[in-house]
Amino acid sequence: MTSLAEPYVERRTRKRVRKWGPALVVFGIGIAAWQWLLPALGIERYLLPPLSDVLQAFWDNRSELLSGGWITFKEAVGGFLLGCGTAFLLALVLARWRPLGNALMPYMIAANAVPIVAFAPITNAWFGTLSPWSKVVIAAVLCFFPVLVNTLRGLTSVRPESLELMRSYAAPQRTVFARVRIPNSLPFVFTALKIASVLAMIGAVVGDYFGGSTEALGVQIVSAVSLAQYETAWAAILVASMLGIAFYASVALAERLVLSWHPSVRAGVE
Amino acid sequence: MTAETVVAARGISKTFGKGGVTALQDIDMEVGRGEFISLIGPSGCGKSTLLRLIGDLVEPSSGEILVNGKTAHRARLDRDYGIVFQAAVLYDWRTVAKNIALPLELTGWSRAKRAERVAEMLKLVELEGFEKHYPWQLSGGMQQRVSIARALSFSPDLLLMDEPFGALDEMTRERLNAELLRIWAETGSTVIFVTHSISEAVYLSTRVVVMSPRPGRITSVIPIDLPQPRTFETREEPRFFELVTEVREALHASGELVGADE
Amino acid sequence: MRSRIGSAAGRVAVLGLVLVGLWALWEGYRKLWESTGWTRPFPVNSTTMPHLHDIVGALFDPLREGEPLLARYLFDAALFTAKEAAVGFAIGATIGFLLGALIARFGVLQRGVMPYVVASQTIPILALAPIVVVGLGSVSVAGWTPKDWMRVSVIAAYLTFFPVTVNTVRGLRSADPAAVELMESYAARDWSIFWKLRVPAAMPYLFSAFKVAATASVVGAVIGELPSSIQDGLGGWIINFNQYYALEPENLWAVNLVAALLGISFFLLVVLVEKLVVHRPPEQLV
Repeated sequence: MTSLAEPYVERRTRKRVRKWGPALVVFGIGIAAWQWLLPALGIERYLLPPLSDVLQAFWDNRSELLSGGWITFKEAVGGFLLGCGTAFLLALVLARWRPLGNALMPYMIAANAVPIVAFAPITNAWFGTLSPWSKVVIAAVLCFFPVLVNTLRGLTSVRPESLELMRSYAAPQRTVFARVRIPNSLPFVFTALKIASVLAMIGAVVGDYFGGSTEALGVQIVSAVSLAQYETAWAAILVASMLGIAFYASVALAERLVLSWHPSVRAGVE
Repeated sequence: MTAETVVAARGISKTFGKGGVTALQDIDMEVGRGEFISLIGPSGCGKSTLLRLIGDLVEPSSGEILVNGKTAHRARLDRDYGIVFQAAVLYDWRTVAKNIALPLELTGWSRAKRAERVAEMLKLVELEGFEKHYPWQLSGGMQQRVSIARALSFSPDLLLMDEPFGALDEMTRERLNAELLRIWAETGSTVIFVTHSISEAVYLSTRVVVMSPRPGRITSVIPIDLPQPRTFETREEPRFFELVTEVREALHASGELVGADE
Repeated sequence: MRSRIGSAAGRVAVLGLVLVGLWALWEGYRKLWESTGWTRPFPVNSTTMPHLHDIVGALFDPLREGEPLLARYLFDAALFTAKEAAVGFAIGATIGFLLGALIARFGVLQRGVMPYVVASQTIPILALAPIVVVGLGSVSVAGWTPKDWMRVSVIAAYLTFFPVTVNTVRGLRSADPAAVELMESYAARDWSIFWKLRVPAAMPYLFSAFKVAATASVVGAVIGELPSSIQDGLGGWIINFNQYYALEPENLWAVNLVAALLGISFFLLVVLVEKLVVHRPPEQLV
C-alpha cells in the first residue's frame, strides 16, 4: 500500500489521513446536520436546538455553568475516591480469605444490577438535600461494585505456577500479595477505574435531579428544562459531558503511566 | 544415606482426592550430590508430581522425603532448591534484572549485592545487555534462560526442572541443553529434570529414571556413561544411540508390564 | 447426583447467611448509633433508617383503608417500568448488534464511526433524560406521537446500544484466525462463516454486554420516568413517596427494594439465558 520510495513525511501524512480522515468527515457531516439539516426537517427546538444557539446560551451563562460544573465535579471526584478506595480494600480482604470471596462474588455481581440512583431521595434525607454528601454517597456506591468485582478478579487470576514459585521461596502471604497479586491486578483495576469515572460523574449529575443546591449542574439542567430553556439545558449538558471526558482522560493518562510495562499499552491498543 | 545424598525418597505414594487418582506408588529414589537425574515416562506417570513432592509443593500420602538431610518442608523453608517450570513464569511488570533478583529481594539481600549477583547470572546464561528488557520483548528460549538464572540466583544446591524446554523448538532445545550442562558444570549443583524427550534425557543426565504409566512406579534406572563434557558431537556417537535405545526399550517394557497385568 | 443437590442446598444456605448477615449489620448499626447518639455520618432514627421489618411490612399494608396492598401497586409499577426497560433493551441490542456487525465487517466504518460510538457514551444520557422524554413528546411522525413509556424506552435503548456494539465488534473479531482459515478451506461462504463461527465466538462477549445493558436499561427506565410525570412506573412512586418521606419513610425504602429486585431480576434473567445458550466453564477464583 505504501511505497518505500515515498519520502518519510509524506508516508506519515498519508497514514494519518487514512486513520483520522473518516472520523473527521463524519464529524463534519454531524455538525452540518445539527446546524442546518435538523431545523430544516422541522425537529422542534425542544429536542435539539441549533448548535449556535446552544453555544450562545453557554456563553451567556458561562459563570453559573462553570461554577456549577466545578461543584458537581468535586462531588464526582469525592464519590470516586470514596467508592474506589473502599472497594479496593475490601477486594484485598476477600482475595486473602478466598472462601469468603468465592461465596460473596455472585452477590456482588448481582448488587451491581441495583438502580442505585433511585436511592438519591434517601441520601437527601440523610444528609440534607443541599449537602454535597448526598451526591457523593450516590457516586461512591455507583463506583464501589464495578471496582470491587474487577479488582477481585485481577487479584485472583494469577497462574498456579506463579503461586508455586512463591511457595518455593517460602514467601509469606503478604509478600505474595505485594509482589504478585497486586501488580497482576492493576490492568483490571484501571479498566474498572475508567468505568467508575464515568459512573461517578453521572451519579453526581443525576443525583441532583432529585433536588440539590441551586448552583449544582444537575439542578440547573432540570430547572432549565422546566422553564423550556432548552438551549441552556443543552449547554449545561455539554459542560457535564466535557467534565466527564476530562475525568476519564485523566484516569486513562494515569493508566498509561502506571501500566507502561503492559503489552496492551505498549502496542497502543485501546 | 550419606552426607553426599541430596534427595532421599522412601516409600512415597500420592493419591489425589478421596478414593481418587493414585499418581505415584512406592517410590524409592536416592540422588547424590552433583548428579544430573532425568525423570522420564509417559504422560500422567506422575513425574511432575514427584518433582513437586521433592519441592514440598505437594504433600505425600505416605512415605517420606529428605532433602539435604532435612524434611522437604524444612528444605523449602530454608530455600534449598530453585525451580524452573515449563512456562517461564516471569513477571511482566518487572525487567529481566528485577525478575532475576526476585528471590534475592525476598531473602533480604542488599541492593548492591543483588546487582552484583544479577550481573553474574546474566553472564552465566549469556544474556548480558538485556537487564532492562521486559519479558515480552524476549523469545521463548531467552525467557527460559532468565527463568534458569532466577532459579540459580541464590545458589541453591538443588535445581528442580519441570520440562523447561518443552515449549521450544528442537534447535533451540539442543542449544539450551548444551548451555544447561555448562551451567551445571560451573555451579556444581544437583539437578532433577523432568522430560518427555528420550534424547534430551540421555544427553543431559548422569542417570535416567524411567517411570511407568499411572500409578507411577520407577521401573528402571539407567546410568549414562557418556563422557563429560558433552558436546554436539556426543549426540552422534554410537554409544549415545545405544543408550537412547536402552531407555526407549525400558519405557516400552514399563508400558507393556501394566498391559500384561490387566 | 448427590453432590448437585448438596451444592444447591449449599448455595441456598449461603443466601440465607447473607440475608441474615445483612439484617444483622443493619439492625446492629441502628442499635449502636442510636444508643451512643452519634450523628456522623448521619443521625440514626426511625426516619433515616427504618427497621427492616417495617419496610417489608409497608409492602403488605394498604395505602388507604379498604384499598389493595402497596405491594400490589408496586408490582404493577414494576411491570410497567420493566416493559419500558425490556423494549429499550431489545431495540438497543438489535441496533447495537447490527452496527457492530457492520463495523466488524467494514474496516472503514471502524475508523469513521467507532470514535463516535465511544464518545456517545460520554454524553450522560441520564442527564439528557428530562430533555429526551419531554422533548420527544412533541415529535410526531406521520401524525403518530410516541406514547410516554416509549420515550422512556429510548433512554434504555441508548444505554444498551453502546456496550452491545463494542462487544459485538470485539466478539466477532475474536474468532481464532486458524478457525477462520479452516472454514475457508471448506470453501464456506462468508455468510456461513459469520453465523457458524464468528457469532458463536462472539457469544461470551455479547452476554457480557447484555448483563451490563440489562442493568442499565432498568436504571434508564426509572430515571426516564422522573421528569415526565409518568405515574405508572416506579419512578412516579419514588417522586410520590419522596414528598411524604418525613411522614412515612418506609414507603420510599419499599419502592427502592422493589426497584432493586427488578434490576436484579433482569440481570438474573440474562444470566439464565446465558447458561442455556453459551457453554462456558464457571468462574473460579484461584
